[in-house]
Amino acid sequence: MSRMKMTPREKNETIWGWIFIAPTMIGLIVLNIIPIFQTIYQSFFKTGDFGKGNKFVGLANYQKVFGDTEVWQALWNTVKYAVVEVPISIVIALILASFLNQKLKGRELFRTIMFLPMIVAPAAIAMVWKWIYNSNFGLINNMFGVKVNWISNPDIAIYSIAVIGIWGVIGYNMVLFLAGLQEVPRDYYEAASLDGASGVAQFLHITVPLISPTIFFVLVTRVIGAMQVFDLIYMIIDYNNPALKKTESLVYLFYKYSFEQSKKGYGATVIVVLLAVIMVLTVFQMIGQKKWVHYD
Amino acid sequence: MKRDSINKVIIYFILIVFAFIMIVPFLWMILTAFKTTAETMQVDPFVLFPSVWQVENFSKVVAAMDFVKLYANTILMIALRVLCAVVTATLSGYAFARMNFKGKNFMFGIVLFQMMIPVQIFIIPQYVMVSKLHLTNTALGLLFPGLVTAFGTFLLRQAYMGLPRDLEEAARLDGCNIPQTFLFVMAPLTKSSMVALGIFTAVFAYKDLMWPMIVCPNPKKTTLAAALANMSGQYSQKYPELMMAALISCVPMIILYIIFQKQFIEGIATSGGKL
Repeated sequence: MSRMKMTPREKNETIWGWIFIAPTMIGLIVLNIIPIFQTIYQSFFKTGDFGKGNKFVGLANYQKVFGDTEVWQALWNTVKYAVVEVPISIVIALILASFLNQKLKGRELFRTIMFLPMIVAPAAIAMVWKWIYNSNFGLINNMFGVKVNWISNPDIAIYSIAVIGIWGVIGYNMVLFLAGLQEVPRDYYEAASLDGASGVAQFLHITVPLISPTIFFVLVTRVIGAMQVFDLIYMIIDYNNPALKKTESLVYLFYKYSFEQSKKGYGATVIVVLLAVIMVLTVFQMIGQKKWVHYD
Repeated sequence: MKRDSINKVIIYFILIVFAFIMIVPFLWMILTAFKTTAETMQVDPFVLFPSVWQVENFSKVVAAMDFVKLYANTILMIALRVLCAVVTATLSGYAFARMNFKGKNFMFGIVLFQMMIPVQIFIIPQYVMVSKLHLTNTALGLLFPGLVTAFGTFLLRQAYMGLPRDLEEAARLDGCNIPQTFLFVMAPLTKSSMVALGIFTAVFAYKDLMWPMIVCPNPKKTTLAAALANMSGQYSQKYPELMMAALISCVPMIILYIIFQKQFIEGIATSGGKL
């Protein structure tokens, strides 16, 4: 290292730099980086009965996953949830944000109300919605005089849960869009108004293209979030709910296998599969963005 | 300007409809929490408001659930997580933003990499560590995954990057060494980012369900969220009790939110995407 001898000041900075990052880096390596490899390693093992013993089985868990209809169904349930939750919550949030970006009385109040679900524990939210969806005494069925089994009919339960997801995340997406809209110059809208462009035309031709980087960011992060859905499903769907098999998500299966049944090997396999699915989805979105995201 | 006022009416109508949809579940939770079980099961006529507000539902649920203990557990976990996150992220964020040293870029690569991985990947090994350290059913066990934060490091790094270079030069000329410059000159200037990180960490910890269920299965040692999950199974049809428990567990957060709404919204929004 004589080629680049450090000055005392550089040496000092190196020492302090490492001292400053040491707690974070040691923590990240022990708590996160090593566990990634441990989880992958674990996925090559079969956990014995009662969570005792670990037997190396190579790729057998992966072979089992690909033939396991429950896992495929859970992946399909997760995808259904994401396909409903993500686009609808983004479109609604975008429209609401473009409304609140104008000078309106009560803007702050609307923003506060829409964001409210974001600060409440999903466990509490799920309990309330389970009661609202109750088929005999629930608010929805009684208000509209219908008799729908919102959360026990296997055909619709996952969509009922996605509605809660949408309800919970609109305000959050909206606040991110409002921040993006701050960057859009007001003159664009004024010029468009003078040219006689309607509000809808302005929304489609000014708002959407100009905040497309924000939309892309929200899309990527929400897809990742939606693919990890767990809390709502765990809280709403009881073990004896006939819709269980048609609503359980991949993370739900991971929790069930790893911690309720102590089959950590198979649980690890399921979560590695989810990691792979999320990475593929993210890469596709990164490629697809070139077609519709405008960075100036 | 007639078109404008019609537009305004439509906009207000849509906003009010959505605001109403956001509020209704909370109102329904409050109304149900003060009903009798019989009232909740009456459909003809359907009961909207409790005929007599059953205030004793509150004491019934508090007696059954020991909310004081649950709140103490939750607040302790939140306080520990916020403290650890803010301290470690302020230090590492500063080093990554303003110092030059060998290996910095590789280490920062690890920080970014961690942020892209779904958290469930870490959970089995983290749980194994917690049980080997005999920390299940303890506050330290609840804190464990929150000891450090990649995301907070990134957030604080951004904050330090935005500060002018002259500050450090001036401090150095005044005879400050590196820790003094950091502690007395630079760190105080990133207070708003620390607050944002603190709020984000607190809300995230309060909302988390899976980790407390795994490491604190003991209903007396666990957090509010996990206790609600536990209760939900036991009281399946007693909706007034369930709604009262949900209400008790979210009212303090809602009050804090209403008081500090600006910091809350900015704190969570600037942190983007990790919730």
